[in-house]
Amino acid sequence: MIKVQAEDFDVGRELERLSYGNHAIGGVCCFIGIVRDLAGSKEIAAMTLEHYPQMTEKALAEIEAEARSRWPLEDVLIIHRYGRLEPGDRIVMVATASGHRQAAIESCHFLIDWLKTKAPFWKLEETPDGGEWVDARASDNKAAARWVKPKPVAKKPNAAE
Amino acid sequence: MKVLYFAWLREKARVSEETVAPPKAVKTVGDLMRWLKGRGGGHAEAFADVSMVRCAVNQEHVPLDHPVKEGDEVAFFPPVTGG
Repeated sequence: MIKVQAEDFDVGRELERLSYGNHAIGGVCCFIGIVRDLAGSKEIAAMTLEHYPQMTEKALAEIEAEARSRWPLEDVLIIHRYGRLEPGDRIVMVATASGHRQAAIESCHFLIDWLKTKAPFWKLEETPDGGEWVDARASDNKAAARWVKPKPVAKKPNAAE
Repeated sequence: MKVLYFAWLREKARVSEETVAPPKAVKTVGDLMRWLKGRGGGHAEAFADVSMVRCAVNQEHVPLDHPVKEGDEVAFFPPVTGG
């Protein structure tokens, strides 16, 4: 399930809802992203998340579908907020439920890495020097690249066949 | 053709959304970007460093050689920073 919203969410309630009544679920993994008060050495009073509304849900749904195609998942939840957020505020929640821990943990890690380089969100930080757009980090691309599947190698024609 | 701008591209272009009718020679997203940049002003500023621009056609991430046609929704934005 995908939710793109300005409002905060209740982590406990969302996790409860994710696994409630589904006894095939043996493990749930969850990542929560929170606004920090520092960017490099600058203090951040707040940040504003801008997004591309017509594209956001579609992009997140594709990311969810990709995770479901790679791991046996019973359920997936992605909540991403937009608008003005202050240090300590929750930005994003990713939760995955599966029969076993490995699929839940790996797919949760995949989802947050993949989301950071694919979902159309941009952060504007309020610093003492004014508003500054956050640059994409090379380390985020590297984290996402880990999950890129190698392209299938073309089968060499076999003379014996 | 509808063109959308986000984040600092929107600020530099000084427009968030516009409808444009590019000439027939504009066949790809890259062509469209160069044509928009050629209009000067905020657009020239927004597209000053092409390596910092990402694009989507009809809400899908695409490379610069992706074709564009009448009726498409084309978006230009910096590398995404969500999560």
